[in-house]
Amino acid sequence: MITLATTLEIKDLHVSIEDKKILKGVNLKIAQGEIHAVMGPNGSGKSTLANTLMGHPKYKVDSGDILVNGESIVGLTPDIRAKKGLFLAFQYPLEISGVPLAQFLRTAYRSVRGDGQQQKTEAQGVGGEMISALAFKKKLEEKLKAVDLDPSFAKRYLNEGFSGGEKKRAEILQMAILQPAIAIMDETDSGLDIDAVRKVAEVVSQMAGPEMGVLLITHYQRILEYVKPHFVHIMADGRIFQSGGPELSKMLEERGYEWIEQAAAPA
Amino acid sequence: MATTQTLDIDYTKYNFRDSDASYEYKFPKGLTKQVVEQISKIKKEPDWMRQFRLRSYEHFLKRPLPMWGGDLTTLKFDEMLYYASSTEKKSRSWDDVPSYIKDTFDKLGIPEAERKFLGGVGAQYESEVVYHSLREDLAKKGIIFTDTDTALREYPELFKKHFGTVVPPEDNKFAALNSAVWSGGSFIYVPEGVSVDVPLQAYFRINTQNMGQFERTLIIADKNSRVHYIEGCTAPIYSTDSLHSAVVEIIAKPGAHVRYTTIQNWSSDVYNLVTKRAYAYGNATVEWVDGNLGSKLTMKYPSIYLLGPGAKGEILSVAFAGKGQHQDAGGKVVHLAPNTTSRITSKSISKDGGRTTYRGLLHVAKGAKGVKSTVRCDALLLDEYSRTDTYPYNEINEDDATTTHEATVGKIGEDQLFYLMSRGLSEQEALSMIVMGFMEPFTKELPMEYAIELNRLIQLEMAGSVG
Repeated sequence: MITLATTLEIKDLHVSIEDKKILKGVNLKIAQGEIHAVMGPNGSGKSTLANTLMGHPKYKVDSGDILVNGESIVGLTPDIRAKKGLFLAFQYPLEISGVPLAQFLRTAYRSVRGDGQQQKTEAQGVGGEMISALAFKKKLEEKLKAVDLDPSFAKRYLNEGFSGGEKKRAEILQMAILQPAIAIMDETDSGLDIDAVRKVAEVVSQMAGPEMGVLLITHYQRILEYVKPHFVHIMADGRIFQSGGPELSKMLEERGYEWIEQAAAPA
Repeated sequence: MATTQTLDIDYTKYNFRDSDASYEYKFPKGLTKQVVEQISKIKKEPDWMRQFRLRSYEHFLKRPLPMWGGDLTTLKFDEMLYYASSTEKKSRSWDDVPSYIKDTFDKLGIPEAERKFLGGVGAQYESEVVYHSLREDLAKKGIIFTDTDTALREYPELFKKHFGTVVPPEDNKFAALNSAVWSGGSFIYVPEGVSVDVPLQAYFRINTQNMGQFERTLIIADKNSRVHYIEGCTAPIYSTDSLHSAVVEIIAKPGAHVRYTTIQNWSSDVYNLVTKRAYAYGNATVEWVDGNLGSKLTMKYPSIYLLGPGAKGEILSVAFAGKGQHQDAGGKVVHLAPNTTSRITSKSISKDGGRTTYRGLLHVAKGAKGVKSTVRCDALLLDEYSRTDTYPYNEINEDDATTTHEATVGKIGEDQLFYLMSRGLSEQEALSMIVMGFMEPFTKELPMEYAIELNRLIQLEMAGSVG
């Protein structure tokens, strides 16, 4: 399906919300198959980075660029970004009443996995649709199991009445169905118990392989015991303060964030 | 006695609008005593019905327009046509229906739906029912499903005993109007203990400019019987107004279960002013499932009188108001017996300056002990130009009644749209999905074919809402 490795490149990105500057020059490059962890204290701009990459209208790109395979995606709507292979696992997934999870995911799957494919199945008529509906159902059941959600979740309304942990697992389920080239995970581990973290990590690690690039945003080192990052970036005050290998997250666990905040604070 | 000289009946004069349509009768505009008498005469009705119509007409003249609800000042009674029939004979086979009318219903998918999943179908074009059928096995069980005019002729006693007992002409101006000029509609009788396991459906079509359609439906469900009736309504778009003013009466005898589903998709020049009321006797259940799309103004408040202990009433209504439309809808439940329960769920969507109003009445009479009732109204506003209002009236005369009322007004949030769009849905797809999800408690109560059709209509309504 994906022949060339997709890259996401963030170049000197400056972003503000309602005239408040949040990101002050972020540089980062992620390729399919790579796992990047972004760590940092609260308020350092991690979630802003995630939402900006996906195209939330509230976040304004003041300068810099975001490139997918060398082409700028700044100004593109979130659906177009999704079609280019980006995915955001939300920190606070929204509840959409009355829309069954399975129905939603099937619509999303058709949207993301290419219009050409959709036209083809429609041209095949009812029979073709039936088969693909069955195949989809099977795929969904398999992925529900992988993230440890009961099959009954397929019929439940999207995130409505889900516990915090169920919402997070449902995000990973969506990711597993949509198979993005680059997944941005915004504090997916927070609010999950250790067993759930392990399950989620398993799915992410399996998908990462050569297929998916991961930008794993986290406050805690815990998930990194199960998802082994190739690169660790420490974010502070709207910038990447330091980049390195997995050893960086160990250091953070020992030393905490305070020293970084002090070091990164504008003089 | 009836006089004909003032009526200018010209069979060809009004044919220009639809080159295929030919009319047996088409009255000139306006409502007079002669029009009322002439309708009765054409239908060869018994004298009591003629008297009933005239009494209703007198009341219609006297009765002022309601001072509440939507704007009725632009409704011109004198500009309306009160009767038109294209064929004198009702057919039992689609092959016998005039081809241009059959084409219309073909386009609406009625014959196909009949073959697939309906137990009986009635189709009304303008004032008269042009087609009616009931599955043979259902007829053998003693079920009657026919048009109301035929019922008056063929079941005179059953008819006279119940007709006008739930909604008397004096109830309101539009009930009086309907009672004066009614034509067509469905008549259903289900004998004691008989269950109709497949829905019966009628379809109402207005085809003429300025046409008034005044169908009259009467459903009698005898003890412990069960029936689901569905009606669909459409009209083409003209630049001047049409009027749809129906009366529906349901009588659910002890232990009976009646569900009445309506999906209306009127064009935006139709005044839709309908009186729907049901009597539910002991342990009977009546459910109104009422979907209102389109129309210029809809005023419709399906009501249920819970007359016997243990009776249940449920009203589920959805209204969608687009540009220039006002949906003034809701429901009324009157608890007149102990241990009766009711639930009203109203969902409304307004966009492009459309207006929705929920108007509801919950009445618990003295002596009706142990009543339980819940009312829930949710409104969704799709833009800042649209409007929604809620007018719930509660008259609770027993202290032990358990009643809850919940009302919400929602807007589609930027974050919800962002969430859905991040999964590849365009803004319009995301909006449609949220709206359809909002209506889901309603659509899930519909037979699948109708749910699909309703979602398709919503998608059409939503088209072009982004820009």
